[in-house]
Amino acid sequence: MAIIQSNDCLIPLIYKMSVDFTGAVLPGQFFMLRAWDKDPLLSRPISVHDYETGQLTFLYQVVGKGTEILSRLKPGDNVEIQGPYGNGFPEVSEDLCVVGGGIGVAPLHYLVKKYKEKNPQGTCRVYLGFRENSYGVEAFESMADEVILDIGGIITNRLKVNPGEVVMTCGPEMLMAAVANMVPPENKVYVSMEAHMACGIGACLGCTCETKSGNKKVCKDGPVFLREEVFYE
Amino acid sequence: MSKCLETMFNEILFKNPVISASGTFGFGREYEAFYDLEKLGGLCTKGLTLEPKAGNKGIRLWETPAGLMNSIGLENPGIDAFIKNEWPHLKDVNTVTIINVGGKDEESYLKAIEKLNAVDAQLIELNISCPNVKAGGMAYGIKATTAGDITKKVVELSKHPVMVKLSPNGDAISEIALACEIAGAKGISLINTLQGMAIDYKKKSAVFNNLYAGLSGPAVKPIALRMTHQVCQAVTIPVMAMGGISTWEDALEFIMAGATCIQMGTMNFNNPMAPVEMIEGLEIYCQKEGLSNISEIRGII
Ligand SMILES: Cc1cc2nc3c(=O)[nH]c(=O)nc-3n(C[C@H](O)[C@H](O)[C@H](O)COP(=O)(O)OP(=O)(O)OC[C@H]3O[C@@H](n4cnc5c(N)ncnc54)[C@H](O)[C@@H]3O)c2cc1C
Ligand SMILES: Cc1cc2nc3c(=O)[nH]c(=O)nc-3n(C[C@H](O)[C@H](O)[C@H](O)COP(=O)(O)O)c2cc1C
Ligand code: FES
Repeated sequence: MAIIQSNDCLIPLIYKMSVDFTGAVLPGQFFMLRAWDKDPLLSRPISVHDYETGQLTFLYQVVGKGTEILSRLKPGDNVEIQGPYGNGFPEVSEDLCVVGGGIGVAPLHYLVKKYKEKNPQGTCRVYLGFRENSYGVEAFESMADEVILDIGGIITNRLKVNPGEVVMTCGPEMLMAAVANMVPPENKVYVSMEAHMACGIGACLGCTCETKSGNKKVCKDGPVFLREEVFYE
Repeated sequence: MSKCLETMFNEILFKNPVISASGTFGFGREYEAFYDLEKLGGLCTKGLTLEPKAGNKGIRLWETPAGLMNSIGLENPGIDAFIKNEWPHLKDVNTVTIINVGGKDEESYLKAIEKLNAVDAQLIELNISCPNVKAGGMAYGIKATTAGDITKKVVELSKHPVMVKLSPNGDAISEIALACEIAGAKGISLINTLQGMAIDYKKKSAVFNNLYAGLSGPAVKPIALRMTHQVCQAVTIPVMAMGGISTWEDALEFIMAGATCIQMGTMNFNNPMAPVEMIEGLEIYCQKEGLSNISEIRGII
């Protein structure tokens, strides 16, 4: 159970929620959130958007019943949070190229922040694609060396990856597949997968993702996978 | 700890009647982060088959009002890998471990049972009721004759006591239960998931690759309770009931309907602590009602 510090609407249907939390959290990990009893039945997986001691932040889009309930919570309300779960993005020291689409930008904020903390000399370039309205872009601009923004188009049309850059992407599967396809094989690419989840801890096998080396659990073995593990066909 | 929840299930002693259900609890390890598994009356493994099984493709989970549909398709590492990797860990947990066994045909059931004779488990749960596999599975469990036949062969071969897990999707469940009792089963568990269907109108397609999937969770509770009552009236062997049980109050209802133990499945996902809270709730109930053992209210309805 965590107490909500703030829960603000950034643009219609996009919310940012901060809760009391202290613990070890890696970029790309997620929490299972629930602010209801048995209806809906399941908790909702939401990525870590930002973290500092005492404050954990989520960025989420209202798409259905669960996220709608989350959006109505007020500061001081309680929310059940379980986690952090999943492997998260690996820590790298090469230059970083980040590609986010829509609400897939949520985990990338903490990723870029941590990267810059660990690699003040490293270059971090960020591609962000949105369908209609953008959000959270200024935060990236304050941290990254370059932010390339696209609204209404196809962000991968503008994607140019430099030699030696490691690419990390999160967004609709179409976007991640396109990134996986177009980035030269010499560059490492990490993708953050999505799946419907029940337990979030590896016990139900509901979130299975087929990989080159057999079935993997998105909640436990992922959500972050190497490109060649999941897009191998 | 008081003994008010101690329960004999046939000849097996459970420290309490609360058991986590197959497929919702992995092989237990994941829940050790939440509580000591020894608190549980027992735990039931994921359904195991002779060979490793990759399970179904496509979406495997779909939430419904107060329910969950799943189409996992018995993904599991196979009996050999289970014995090698999971059993050494599980066997040392001080709770009753129930091994759930599935199969695609008679031969694969029997070979799996034979292999399991190598371990010292307390109880086998024979799954003849999985709605999510094309061959075998539920096909055995929806008719009294086939359920009785396979049970008889398994009971003869197994060194362990066998409890048969029944499907709510077949012939009159009390007749199937009776056929299993006559065939030598030491207990009955029910219900496996109810076959259902989901359509994604936005995509104009069925949600599950297999078209149909299994429904569980609070939505199925009244049906599970009715079937538990019917089976308890029909057989003399003990019954382990499940289907939407989410609180100690629910557990009491099933026990009053005649169940000896109960299993909790889907609710583990809603609240990983649910089984432990249930045990505490039952204990307090016994104290308040002045019951020296929970069995005093068993089958009162
Ligand atoms: C690892 C991971 C991290 C995520 N991080 C974020 C995030 O940071 N911000 C954000 O806005 N969203 C995130 N999502 C997606 C988010 O979990 C879903 O949007 C949310 O579960 C929808 O719930 P709902 O009740 O509002 O929608 P409904 O459509 O009513 O949900 C019905 C059921 O489907 C499941 N579901 C629906 N859409 C998705 C989806 N895209 N992925 C997984 N399950 C889904 C729900 O969990 C629920 O069980 C993440 C998903 C995963 C797997
Ligand atoms: C994700 C999931 C996986 C399951 N896997 C199995 C299985 O492998 N073997 C089995 O006998 N039952 C399996 N079941 C059925 C449950 O053990 C139980 O019979 C059913 O879910 C009803 O109980 P509940 O409403 O408490 O979940 C599974 C259920 C779920 C939700
Ligand atoms: S959500 Fe249950 S195994 Fe991943």
